[in-house]
Parts: sequence; C-alpha cells; structure tokens
Amino acid sequence: MESVDLHIKGIQKSFGDKAVLKGIDVTIKDGEFVTLLGPSGCGKTTLLRIIAGFEKADEGTVILGGEDISKKSPAMRDINTVFQSYALFPHLNVYNNIAFGLKSKKTPKEEIERKVKAMMGVVNITDLAKEMPSTLSGGQKQRVALARALVNEPDILLLDEPLSALDANLRKKLQAELRDVQKKTDTTFIMVTHDQDEAIAVSDRVLVMYKGAIIQDGSPEDVYEHPVNRFVATFIGEANIIECEKISDKLIKSAFGELVVEKVPTWPMDASGKKCGGVAIRMEDIHVCNANEHFENNVFHAKILERIFRGDYWELIADFGPIKLRVMTDPDEIYNPGDEVKLYMEPQYLQVLED
Amino acid sequence: MSNRRLPFSARIIAYIGLLLLYVPLAMVLIQSFNANKHGQTWGGFTFDWYLKLFDNAMVQTATVNTVILAVVSTLISTILGTLLAIGIHRTPWGKKMQNFFDMSINIPVVTPDILMAIALVSVFALFRSFTPIFDPGMLTLIIAHVTFEISFVVLVVQSRLVSIGKDQIEAARDLYASTAGAWFRVILPQLSTAIIAGALLAFTLSLDDFIISFFVSGPKSTTLPLYIYGSLKRGISPQIHALSTLIFSITLFVMLIVSLKGSFKRKKRHKKSI
Repeated sequence: MESVDLHIKGIQKSFGDKAVLKGIDVTIKDGEFVTLLGPSGCGKTTLLRIIAGFEKADEGTVILGGEDISKKSPAMRDINTVFQSYALFPHLNVYNNIAFGLKSKKTPKEEIERKVKAMMGVVNITDLAKEMPSTLSGGQKQRVALARALVNEPDILLLDEPLSALDANLRKKLQAELRDVQKKTDTTFIMVTHDQDEAIAVSDRVLVMYKGAIIQDGSPEDVYEHPVNRFVATFIGEANIIECEKISDKLIKSAFGELVVEKVPTWPMDASGKKCGGVAIRMEDIHVCNANEHFENNVFHAKILERIFRGDYWELIADFGPIKLRVMTDPDEIYNPGDEVKLYMEPQYLQVLED
Repeated sequence: MSNRRLPFSARIIAYIGLLLLYVPLAMVLIQSFNANKHGQTWGGFTFDWYLKLFDNAMVQTATVNTVILAVVSTLISTILGTLLAIGIHRTPWGKKMQNFFDMSINIPVVTPDILMAIALVSVFALFRSFTPIFDPGMLTLIIAHVTFEISFVVLVVQSRLVSIGKDQIEAARDLYASTAGAWFRVILPQLSTAIIAGALLAFTLSLDDFIISFFVSGPKSTTLPLYIYGSLKRGISPQIHALSTLIFSITLFVMLIVSLKGSFKRKKRHKKSI
C-alpha cells in the first residue's frame, strides 16, 4: 500500500471572535498513532472535526495522500470517526450499524458480510451481531463504534475521547486493545484526549495543545521527560516547578541555593535586568541521599513535612525553607515528618523550561 | 410493589371517583338497549335503536364525513407538521428565530378553540369574496382541522428530534451517506414512532372536534359531533345512546389491541433477556 501521510498546513479557526486554532502546522505519517492532548477548550476537538470535515477551517489546508481535501464533505473523505458518544444508530442492530458505511458505498452484499464478520472478530464482538445498541454495555458500544469506523478501511481513524465514558479498569483494558487493533489494521489513528496517562499509554506521538496551538510535539517519553514549558510540565505528570534566576549557562539560582543544569536557559531579560524562569523536576527524580552518599553539587537540606501513602510509593512533602517540593520514595524507604534529609537533584533531570 | 393498603377513607374516595367516571358511560350503554324510548323505566331489551341507527342516512353521511375529514386532515397535518418540525430544528437563522418559530407553533395549542374558530371563519369569509370554493364545506373543514392539528404534530415530532442529537447525522455523513441518505436511513426511522404518535393525536383531535367544525362546516359536511349536537335539540334519542356506545366500543377495542401488543412485545423481550 502506498503511504498516505496527512499534512495540516496553517489551519486557523475562530468561532465568533474567539480564535480556537491559531495556525496549526503538523504532518502525521501513515500508520502513526498520534494523540492530541490538552485541557478542554484547547482546540483539539475542533482540529479533529476539521480533519473529519465537520468543520471548515477559516484558513489553511488539509492534505491527505497528496490531495487537498479541505473542501470535501465528510462523506467524500477516506477518514472515519469514533464519536465521543459513540453515536451508534439505535434503530439498527450491531451488524447493520457496522455495515452502514459499506452499504453507503454500494459494496456487494457478500463482501459486506465477509468484511463485517472479519471486523467483528478483530474487536471481539462476534456474538453480538443481532443485538440492538440499547442492550450493549459501554465497552461493547465502544467496540461496535470502533468496528463501524474501521470496517471501511479508512486512511485515517479519528477518535474523539473514545474512552472517557468508561470506568477506570475497562479504560485500561481498552487502551491496550486500541493499541492492538491499530497495529493489526495498520491504520493511522488520531485520538483526542485530555487524559495524559491515556495519551502516554497508547500513542507513538503526542501533540500537546494549549490555547489553540501545538506547544510540544514528541514521543510520550520525550513529552514526559523533557516538557518545554510550565504548562506541559504540570499538565503531564504534575512536575515540581522551581523559580530560578540565570547566573551562567550552566548555573542558576533558586530560592534555596544554586543549581547546576545541563540545558542553557533561554529566559528573556525582565525590567530589572534579571533573566528569570522555571525549572521542572519530577518527584521521582529527586533522590533522598543516605548517610554515605556524596555528590558535588545540587544537594540540599530539607525537612520532611508530610508523608502521604500512594499505594506503590510514598509521596513526601519536603520543606526547603522558602519553597516546598514533592518527592517520591520507595515503599521500603521510610521517612517521617520532622526528619532532616539531604536531597539530590541530578542535573540531567532538571528540565529548564522556556518560560 | 408496596403491599401497604390505602386507608379505608382513601379507598372510599377512590371508588367514588371511579363510579363518577363510569356510571354515566354505563347509563348510556344500558339505555341503548332499553326498549323504553324515554328511559325512565326499563322497557325490555332491544336492538331496535341500533337497527334504526344503521338505517339512518344522516348518521351514515356524518360518519363518512367524519372519517374522510379525520383521515385527510391527519395525512396533510402529519406530513406538513413533520417537515415543519425538521425545518424549525434546522433553522439557519439562529437561536432567536428558532424560539420565535417555537412560540408561533405553541400559540395555536393554547389558544381557546372558540378563538381559532372565529379567526378561521373571518379568514374564510375574506377568501370567499374572491372564490366560492371557500364556502363552508369539506374544504374549509379540512383546512381548519389541519390548522390546529399541525401544531400538535410539530410538538410531538420536535421533542423526538431534539433527543436524537446532531452526532447521528454526523455519524451517517462520516459513513459516506449523502445528506438525503442520512435523513432517510438514520433520522426518519428514529422519528417514525413520534410521527405515528403525532398522527394518532391529530386523528383523535379531528374526530373529537366540535367547536371549530361547528363554525366552518356547511350543510353538506355535517360531522358526527355536529350531528349528535343537532339531534340533542329534539331530545336525546336512544339512537344517540347506541351511536355513543358504538364509538366507545371502538375506542375500547383499539386501546385493548394497543395494550395487548405492548405487553406481547414486553414478554418477548423478557424471554430474550433470559
């Protein structure tokens, strides 16, 4: 099969005088599992709807496999959607729901039957063919919606918060299945979600959106380990943010002491001639030193204020004097409130943010 | 279900209520078989009134008129009402305009019949000065009935449309259906029960209507309610009791069929779920 890449160029969209998308440029390669991740109102669903054809962009083009599809109606695009509410047709049984798209395309009956049956096998709903949607559970509806879209063999499958209506356990299970189906069918998946765990768990690539723009584009590891700014650092995995002032390219000053960093801060100069900005560090990256460990730099004394049980780890609130940071420790390392500890922040884990 | 029985006093009140509802109907039923014309005493059992009723040419014409009127006006109002409901639902001129249309549909429902009737009479009088086809008769009756039935059809269909939601159309479009295809394959099938309910409502309203028909009908387009009213002036004939009993029986029969069908369906579903 020839490769069908999706190019999104300079997409802008406003509703009334509210700009929802402010110039989106991105290329999504054939067969990728991409997640649009962001808080509600960031424009991710609007971008998805523009790709599907339900909304027209004010500016910009959508190019699929070399062809400009910006002006085509949803019915003319080889793109199918799994809706947030599933939007199954309540008057049709599962089989006819899945066969709907093939029937629209006037596919021969035997072929419809073969494809629908095969797809029902892929998503594990073989015995539900005659059921009406109202009798299905949430997870089954989700699978039917997925089959109904995928049976048309689209170039791209769009998923609008597909798992948001399900409970946590089922969501985990379906995340794995989604990933599995994507590999089996070798289809480009573009999923919208506001759930960072979900984005990290299923996708090859995460596009973090904020206020109508893509602010970070990278692999899940990349986005998690190297957030570009405060928003990404706190939205994905709730990192600690330390306010700092730049001293030199490798040295910055925080409220509790000087820190050595690897990345050169690019903070702009403020009115008083200082270059200030934030540094993020995840709570699992702050190391509690034992008595015989010694490090050259980035070691600070702190007092434990609180210990919170989180199941598979302890969360400590460490008081550095002027600020408090959250620290993660293993279940077998017991520190009590009031303990004085030495904390080490390895330079490579200190993420210098853009802002 | 709760096993708690109602207190004695409440039960007595309930029985009195039932009596008040059904004693008059029972009286009509009894009188329709009473050989004594004036009905003060029981004069023996008879089918005479029914036989006379079936020989009564005026009753027959009135029945035919009523049925034609009900069927034609229901058909027209159901088609127009459904289209109107869809049109209002898809109003391209914004929320304000939609609310305005909604209100203009609601007003005929809450307007007293007598007002509607007078309004229609004056409009027909105006039209009549141009063409005689608006002389009181079947046409004016049909127009008048469609006018008040249409609002009810719109209300019923509209409430269903709102519950269908726009993602159904989007899903159909996404699955390669044309705009018309989306409507015929997805929306109309889901609307069908609402359309039937609207039509049934319109049909009953048409059968039942007296006030508006009274004002706009002509000498040759007497309907059953008008005939009954007219014959009352000559004193209640047992034929009217016979007619009322027939109408009531037909209604009861239809209700019975509907509820039996419903319980049959429920049983079937129940079996399936086991």
